[in-house]
Amino acid sequence: MEDEQSFSDICGGRLALQRRFYSPSCLEFSLSCPRITLRSLTAVTCTVWLAAYGLFTLCENSMILSAAIFITLLGLLGYLHFVKIDHETLLIIDSLGIQMTSSYASGKESTTFIEMGQVNDVVINEAIYMQKVIYYLCILLKDPVEPHGISQVVPLFQSAKPRLDCLIEVYRSCQDILAHQKATSTSLEGGDKIISASNRRSHSGMGAYWHRQEDRR
Amino acid sequence: MVLKAFFPTCCASADSGLLVGRWVPEQSSAVVLAVVHFPFIPIQVKELLAQVQQASQVGVTVLGTWCHRRQEPEESLGHFLEGLGAIFSHKPWFQLCRERGSKSWSCKATHWQGPASPAASGEDQVMLIFYDQRKVLLSQLHPPTALPNRQAGDTTASAGGLAAVFDTVARSEALFQSDRFDEGPVRLSHWQSEGMEASILVELAKWAAGPVCLFLACLLSLISAASACRVFKLWPLSFIWSKLSTCEQLRHRLEQLTLIFSTQKAESPAQLMRKANMLVSVLLDVALGLMLLSWLHRKDLIGQLADALIPVADHVAEELQHLLQWLMGAPAGLKMNRALDQVLGRFFLYHIHLWISYIHLMSPFIERILWHVGLSACLGLTVALSILSDIIALLTFHIYCFYVYGARLYCLKIHGLSSLWRLFRGKKWNVLRQRVDSCSYDLDQLFIGTLLFTILVFLLPTTALYYLVFTLLRLLVVAVQGLIHLLVDLINSLPLYSLGLRLCRPYRLAAGVKFRVLEHETGRPLRLLMQVSGWPEGRSQMLRQPGPVWFSRECPESHLRRLQGAE
Repeated sequence: MEDEQSFSDICGGRLALQRRFYSPSCLEFSLSCPRITLRSLTAVTCTVWLAAYGLFTLCENSMILSAAIFITLLGLLGYLHFVKIDHETLLIIDSLGIQMTSSYASGKESTTFIEMGQVNDVVINEAIYMQKVIYYLCILLKDPVEPHGISQVVPLFQSAKPRLDCLIEVYRSCQDILAHQKATSTSLEGGDKIISASNRRSHSGMGAYWHRQEDRR
Repeated sequence: MVLKAFFPTCCASADSGLLVGRWVPEQSSAVVLAVVHFPFIPIQVKELLAQVQQASQVGVTVLGTWCHRRQEPEESLGHFLEGLGAIFSHKPWFQLCRERGSKSWSCKATHWQGPASPAASGEDQVMLIFYDQRKVLLSQLHPPTALPNRQAGDTTASAGGLAAVFDTVARSEALFQSDRFDEGPVRLSHWQSEGMEASILVELAKWAAGPVCLFLACLLSLISAASACRVFKLWPLSFIWSKLSTCEQLRHRLEQLTLIFSTQKAESPAQLMRKANMLVSVLLDVALGLMLLSWLHRKDLIGQLADALIPVADHVAEELQHLLQWLMGAPAGLKMNRALDQVLGRFFLYHIHLWISYIHLMSPFIERILWHVGLSACLGLTVALSILSDIIALLTFHIYCFYVYGARLYCLKIHGLSSLWRLFRGKKWNVLRQRVDSCSYDLDQLFIGTLLFTILVFLLPTTALYYLVFTLLRLLVVAVQGLIHLLVDLINSLPLYSLGLRLCRPYRLAAGVKFRVLEHETGRPLRLLMQVSGWPEGRSQMLRQPGPVWFSRECPESHLRRLQGAE
């Protein structure tokens, strides 16, 4: 089941939140960042080439112009491959873990997977960012030493930076799944003793049953 | 409750049969390792599983049935498969089913209550996770190898989450030994069922590695015993060994070779990686050294080098003489104290004269020495570079001597000046309390002290200039030596094996996993694909190995500090 909504980020740019509901235990959120506009690309290219032309008139060396072209091309490729993030995806699978994927404009994907056993909670935090106070969604990881302590905070949607309304949507769905997972894990701790005991039953005299099945066929 | 079933991608096209694997109750997940095909006799299947369990200490059991059928469902097969649940009872009993040629899967997990009351069995939701057995096996993301005193079939709480899955697959090598070309009683499908994956070269290398390692380990232990004998620990020799970078490099290589050819197996994948990196760097070193040797001999460069060495040394000495003549005059327009200038200048000129005679004495032997030194390049490029750095140090020994004289003189002067300055102000350095105290001097002490202070102040520019000039020369030589040592350090510590693995087999250097949701239809179970993700792209930490310590001795900051203290 797919769902698409439109939100805005902290600078006012447009974001699209796509929610895919695969099953009650598996949910995917995809937040697409604002694209590169033709205006900004033209502005940067013009600035670089004007500066190169200015240097050329000073130095009378035509290598500067070709160097400027190379720099623009390589810079654009590098920007698309290493810096510009196209969309960020959050995949939550109950009892398995949470996966964050950042897809760059050149198609490169960078993935981080956190197992459910390490996740303490998913919360919305406040932060001071430049001159603003913003909200961000983050995953709190469990401390291996202290059972209720927190060892690390992993922020989500770092490049998209959505506003609070978008974050609340994601937060509610995450909390549903986490609550469901916590409920099953507490019931599992009681139930697994029964299952492991029954696995150790011995099987004997089953050869006779096999031949009887053959006769029936 | 949602159960997870880890299913190998290689079995997705296999014929119908039984699912064999391990059930991990804490994760409520089943790891399917192989599929047993019809026809089979249950007793033989159980014997095989018991054998595998004993060999690998993994609790392998029959988990359920796998049905790969054509478009029209076969009723008899369905009943038959359900009947098998009674023979190999396992809670929960998985029934995976796939239609041939389509992507629709169905799976049920039932808790079998018994043949008497089938209606009371409960069903759970199952999530299918596909994994590539070969990559999971080779990625070594599981915990290190098991301790020898573990019992069969135990489930450790410490191997949590996905590490338990990787651990199961990695330890079940015994199950993957038989392929479909074997004439055994039980037919299995797994990643090696089309034939065991092995390389002739690797097998030969493994077979030959044992005796070769033993022989080389004995040889290396003989060499290290010989080098550790008491003769080399006597004072002049031990001082020389510690100063020569060649000896440090040779010692470092010897240690590395001892580690590589030791007869103990590597305990963890990290150690294995380190050993492999060392071996590759040694081989590269030797290859580069042999290339250098062949290039030197082809152009007969050694003869040319030997012929050019004496004129170069003469030229350097002449330049130094010119420098000293310049200092003895009026350098940069500064006015020096004539007497001290002449004394120092003549002293250093005499040293240069001694040095030139020494070089001329050595000249007949230079070519022979250089030829033998060139042979040492077959031990490795790093050894040749260290010898080059040592030769530079020996040839510029006079600069080092001048620097030491200038520095000592300057240091003495500064100490004297500071002490007399304190006397001038009526203070004294208290050695007991490590501080400056006031002190009342007698008149004659004050008079002589002030005189000496004046003399030292006026002689300061001369000494300072000599000190400055020779320190700069020494820094130049140290910078050249430092560059050579940097190159040697780079060859020593570059992890080429890891870099090669990153390019050719990125899953061997796996850092984690990633999941992808496959095509999903409502009413069908959720299917995920688990892939081993390679080295994280964002981080570029290099696994550099520790090299010998001599580079840090020559690093600029420590050198500057030493220069100020004039050691």
